[in-house]
Amino acid sequence: MQLARVIGTVVATMKNPSLVGRKLMIIQSLNKDLAPQGKPLVAVDAAGAGVGELVFWCRGKEASFPFKREDTPTDCTIVGIIDSDQHVSCQ
Amino acid sequence: MIIARIIGTVVASQKDERLEGKKLLIVRPVNLDGTDTSGYVVAVDTVGAGFHERVLVVAGSSARLAENMKDAPVDAAVVGVIDTVDIMSPEV
Repeated sequence: MQLARVIGTVVATMKNPSLVGRKLMIIQSLNKDLAPQGKPLVAVDAAGAGVGELVFWCRGKEASFPFKREDTPTDCTIVGIIDSDQHVSCQ
Repeated sequence: MIIARIIGTVVASQKDERLEGKKLLIVRPVNLDGTDTSGYVVAVDTVGAGFHERVLVVAGSSARLAENMKDAPVDAAVVGVIDTVDIMSPEV
């Protein structure tokens, strides 16, 4: 899992039926100092995150586990919201 | 998932039987501002997307989880056609 900031949303009316009702967010991955790292990605939201929030996300097949796991085609899912930037500490 | 633009199609008569009837698209990943990046991916279409549309592409084994793709030998699938993208602020 990695840290990321939610920086936007995506709207897609026409989508695979297994994604209907899922919220799609754009996330920017962050390094341990909370500086952007890599390209933004589109993530399915399993935690109820909002734009601007610090979250952690899961990649790969495991990303579909929060949902009906054999049915949700996602390789990137927000699985938790971090309380605040101060709650990330790394020495 | 990544955002990509459809730049072409692929026709393959001889293929795995589990891929029969599936449309193959060539997609190019794009940046959030819509500019193209380099590279491309061949992805299976699950939504009926058209040429030049911005789409959502899911990669890896999750691509198989899309409806109608069970057990298909696929590692990239187009799972949505993007209407709008809203970004909070570009520098974040």
